[in-house]
Amino acid sequence: MSRDRRPLPRIDEESRGFWEALARHELYLQRCGSCERVRHPPRAVCPACLSSEIEWIRASGNGQVYSFTVTHQNHAPGFRNRLPYVLAVVELDEGVRMMTTIGGCDPVEVRIGMPVTVEFDDVTDEITLPVFRPRS
Amino acid sequence: MSAWGSVAVAGAYEHPTRYAPHLTAYQIHAESARGALEDAGLRIDDVDALFTSGVGPIGIMSLAQHLNLTPDYLDSNSIGGSSFVSHCLHATAAIDAGLCSVALVTYGSTSASDRFAIGTGGGGVGDPPDHFEVPFGPTIVGSYALVAQRHMHEYGTTSEQLAEIAVTMRRHAMLNPDAKYREGISVEDVLASRVISSPLHLLDCCMISDGGGALVLTSAERARDLRRPPVVILGGAEAVRHHGIGGRDLLDIAARQSGPLALRRAAVGHADVDLCMIYDSYTITVLATLEALGFCALGEGGAFCADGRLGIGGALPTNTDGGGLSSNHPGMRGIFLVIEATRQLRGERGAAQVEGARLALVHGTGGMLGQRHSGATIILGTT
Repeated sequence: MSRDRRPLPRIDEESRGFWEALARHELYLQRCGSCERVRHPPRAVCPACLSSEIEWIRASGNGQVYSFTVTHQNHAPGFRNRLPYVLAVVELDEGVRMMTTIGGCDPVEVRIGMPVTVEFDDVTDEITLPVFRPRS
Repeated sequence: MSAWGSVAVAGAYEHPTRYAPHLTAYQIHAESARGALEDAGLRIDDVDALFTSGVGPIGIMSLAQHLNLTPDYLDSNSIGGSSFVSHCLHATAAIDAGLCSVALVTYGSTSASDRFAIGTGGGGVGDPPDHFEVPFGPTIVGSYALVAQRHMHEYGTTSEQLAEIAVTMRRHAMLNPDAKYREGISVEDVLASRVISSPLHLLDCCMISDGGGALVLTSAERARDLRRPPVVILGGAEAVRHHGIGGRDLLDIAARQSGPLALRRAAVGHADVDLCMIYDSYTITVLATLEALGFCALGEGGAFCADGRLGIGGALPTNTDGGGLSSNHPGMRGIFLVIEATRQLRGERGAAQVEGARLALVHGTGGMLGQRHSGATIILGTT
């Protein structure tokens, strides 16, 4: 089997909690310990109130497609062998939107507003990507 | 006191090349600088401010060496293809503040002959937010397609309406001897071209060309004594949009902030605008930008763009050079927007001339519309 050549995220001190949870097959989001705003991507200082108090909350993993595109052309290694694939923005039930991909269905079936649920794509020992599939 | 009206574009030059494996990017910068200075009737020694982008994070120093310039003012603000529009805004402030007197803005690129797949080459994992996006494969086309898909969902905008924009740009390119694509196309041709990233077809996308250009800005007072009629910067503003703390409304684009502010600063209204130069990376960019600028209500862009309004002779002629869709797009198109607006306001455009053009709105978009992007608007006028 050939190596997955998608560009992978680098784990840093601000994002570690997010990626470590995914490796355990759990989706966690940051919530500000002071103003309680949920945010994504994670970062050390709340941009709403500038507090450094961080809570991690476990997300339901459910959401709906906010927008998407079926990608038919991408010359980059790691993607050109996956065409066509769905690039999507999913709005989670917790209110934040995240970029992701939709699997588990034919790309032509994807619609804005479609209910989806998270799946865990283990790419390496350290990196698991949160991807989504239709939720029945 | 205000800077608006005090600074003018005194020289403008668009490099005619569209494919130049025999030229380097720096050579295109230099040839364009020569063209714009000649146009203004100024010498390289007169330049005391240098503006550029697309030359790498600190590449402006290398470009200064290449041109043997030792300016008092340097600005390589890099916010994507809108950068050169932003440079005009910054140059206006700098000249008005007395920090410099003659600003040279240059651009050169050999994207096409380098075979650089700008829109579909995939991006690198660079800045912190990229780590949460790039692993899922957003291309530049894909990022704009997310906005198009959402626009269609919310407002019922159609692929036919987007295609009308590409057809109009091509019609304008047919009047431009330098344009890369000059054969007429129909809505059907656009819809029959292959889908790159749904709902955007090949002909909804700008091309990849080589090219470059340059601008010379100085005080309106000095410009009045130079070779060409001055084109005055009457107002301007810039803005950025991003996902903030958790995902923005994809239809809230930077032009919604910079456009109204630029118009207010110029003390003009939409009805005063004789032509628009709107960065047309994709057909959706034009539609979403005209809406965000306030030329029509949100959601009405499809109908607004589809009835010939954007054509030369229409109510709001737009991208009269053929745009990035049909004339040229070496990766960062902002400078060409200002060059074409300048030529129109000088009345130099022959068959493509907008009759009686006195006021032009220029809007550049930089970056990825569905992720992080900038917008820079300037209002140009004759004195």
